[in-house]
Amino acid sequence: MDENYDVIVLGTGLTECILSGLLSVEGKKVLHIDRQDFYGGESASLNLSQLYSKFKPSAQKPDLKGRDRDWCVDLIPKFLMANGELTNILVHTNVTRYIEFKQIGGSYVYRNGRIAKVPSNEVEAIKSSLMGIFEKRRMKGFLEFISKYDENVPSTHQGLNLDSNTMNEVYNKFGLENGTKDFIGHAMALWSTDDYLNEVARPTYERILLYVQSVAKYGKSPYIYPLYGLGELPQGFARLSAIYGGTYMLDTPIDEVLYEGDKFAGVKTKEGTAKAPIVIADPTYFPEKVKKTGSKVIRAMCIMDHPLPGTNDLDSVQIIIPQNQVGRKHDIYIAVLSDVHCVVPKGYYLAIVSTIIETDTPHVELEPAFKLLGNRLDTLMGIAELYEPASDGASDGVYISKSYDATSHFESTTDDVKDLYFRITGKPLVLKKRSNSEEDEGLNGLE
Amino acid sequence: MSFPNPATSVKLVLLGEAAVGKSSLVLRFVSNDFQENKEPTIGAAFLTQKCTIGERTIKYEIWDTAGQERFALLAPMYYRNAQAALVVYDITKPASFIKARHWVKELHEQASKDITIALVGNKFDLVEDDEEDSLRKVSVEEGQNLAEEEGLLFFETSAKTSYNVNEVFIGIGSKIPDSSANQPEAIRENNQGRIDLTSNNASGGSSGSGDCAC
Ligand SMILES: Nc1nc2c(ncn2[C@@H]2O[C@H](COP(=O)(O)OP(=O)(O)OP(=O)(O)O)[C@@H](O)[C@H]2O)c(=O)[nH]1
Ligand SMILES: [Mg+2]
Repeated sequence: MDENYDVIVLGTGLTECILSGLLSVEGKKVLHIDRQDFYGGESASLNLSQLYSKFKPSAQKPDLKGRDRDWCVDLIPKFLMANGELTNILVHTNVTRYIEFKQIGGSYVYRNGRIAKVPSNEVEAIKSSLMGIFEKRRMKGFLEFISKYDENVPSTHQGLNLDSNTMNEVYNKFGLENGTKDFIGHAMALWSTDDYLNEVARPTYERILLYVQSVAKYGKSPYIYPLYGLGELPQGFARLSAIYGGTYMLDTPIDEVLYEGDKFAGVKTKEGTAKAPIVIADPTYFPEKVKKTGSKVIRAMCIMDHPLPGTNDLDSVQIIIPQNQVGRKHDIYIAVLSDVHCVVPKGYYLAIVSTIIETDTPHVELEPAFKLLGNRLDTLMGIAELYEPASDGASDGVYISKSYDATSHFESTTDDVKDLYFRITGKPLVLKKRSNSEEDEGLNGLE
Repeated sequence: MSFPNPATSVKLVLLGEAAVGKSSLVLRFVSNDFQENKEPTIGAAFLTQKCTIGERTIKYEIWDTAGQERFALLAPMYYRNAQAALVVYDITKPASFIKARHWVKELHEQASKDITIALVGNKFDLVEDDEEDSLRKVSVEEGQNLAEEEGLLFFETSAKTSYNVNEVFIGIGSKIPDSSANQPEAIRENNQGRIDLTSNNASGGSSGSGDCAC
């Protein structure tokens, strides 16, 4: 099949699949290849035997109930923000019709040795066990400021300027304690370090607003999650691409990358030569064109037979352990899921713990999280080096995505998608709603 | 709130070799239309059509393959919770019948155990007036035998003349048990809390558990 395409995409991770889908919808002729025989690459969800063969090839797996495919364990744990950009892309491309979502039952934060629900509005702030009586009032004042803030009404600014005051100055205006700053900055604004404190306040304001609005959307937490695991997301966008004419080849290693001069020209595979002026790829396809970011992520997948202690038996929860609370420089994240999201058989719970490594004994760094989990039936751990492209692709036509980072949600992934889209097409990504053709009548209340 | 006779949703997937008439069968069923030179499937691979069988209304959510099966495996998503499948072959193309056997096997491995499968030999119009039976390459008996061995419904159809097309969908609909319609496998037990991302109000969302987990 020697053929010409507008773009070749290598790897079926989420970033690659979203771009493949968006470009196919725009009428580009896309060839999408993966060397592995399943969709998703690093963003796949693995069944039990895939999981053990990847992380504990020589070990006996514990005696667990359920069929192999009743287990869908994410390699990269992340949640979607209900009001976030990935949700937006899913809705605008109608990929929502292929995937069902459920809420995550709660959003918790660690403070002074225990966990509690993150308060997302004034009423919750007053009830919260995270703060003493006076601090609750100060927090209430802060949340009121966030929700009432209106660019055009100076009286709502309370004398602050989001573009010149630092976030720390904003906190101090409301007299908030350091521990409160910790949970606002890390569990609501979802920063993973404290650098934001000394930067202008606006980005943090926008992140808190995203959190608050995402909670307001469905109620229990700001997070949503696809049934059967995150691996459904790349599959959904791959289907979108295929429906618009994208050609898919899995289980197809790249035998040779072809160049004309310095420019990408095509690839050779067992199916023949495919040509295209540009290629989009995950870092594993171009090891010579990526560099280490210097950060490594450790992820521990913990199989349990009980919900997380202290969460009122929630079926799913996100817990953030802010760095300062345990004397670290990076937060620790815990994502807990159960059969309600169809990722484990009934009776089991899956907790995925992750953080950026800071020492030579990374597994020890996860101890504060393991303490919260209680008894674990088994724990599988992996360490991933994070990569990013060495150049922007303009000179060689090779556009490489970033590794999926340690953050607890997809906002950095969609930033990368938008950035790649801009570099590839020369225009910003504008989401237009896919029109439903007449026979393709609305479903699920689609307008 | 209660709606009279709510339609039960049934996810139906199409499988079969290229050009056997999968999309044409759907087009005939959904729009009562036929196109002589239909392009390979691009664009609309997700259609819905209601079908009333006696007292019941079934709303088919029909998934066409989108060509992903050509060089790749179909994504597991495609089979996920499918309650019905059409395995289509062309009765004038023996290779397409061999492919149909393969798809039946694949369905037994990948799809849920209680899936209702119909084996469909399409392009019946081509052999209708063919006295010597020279165009027909797969006999009715071969189709019937495979269907019997594997526990499938069996039809010969023509998307062109519309012969037997509605019968396929009615046949499948009557075989789908009431309880399994709408909520296959695991979902049956935890249907609550699913959210509709496309609605602007949150009412479709939180499942009425006035919860505060603290
Ligand atoms: N004579 C005759 N031609 C048919 C019939 N059904 C489909 N065709 C023709 O067969 C060709 C292929 O039909 P499609 O419906 O596109 O087949 P498909 O299985 O969806 O093909 P892919 O999408 O490529 O996998 C078209 O030219 C149709 O017009 C039929 O019942 N009789
Ligand atoms: Mg078709």
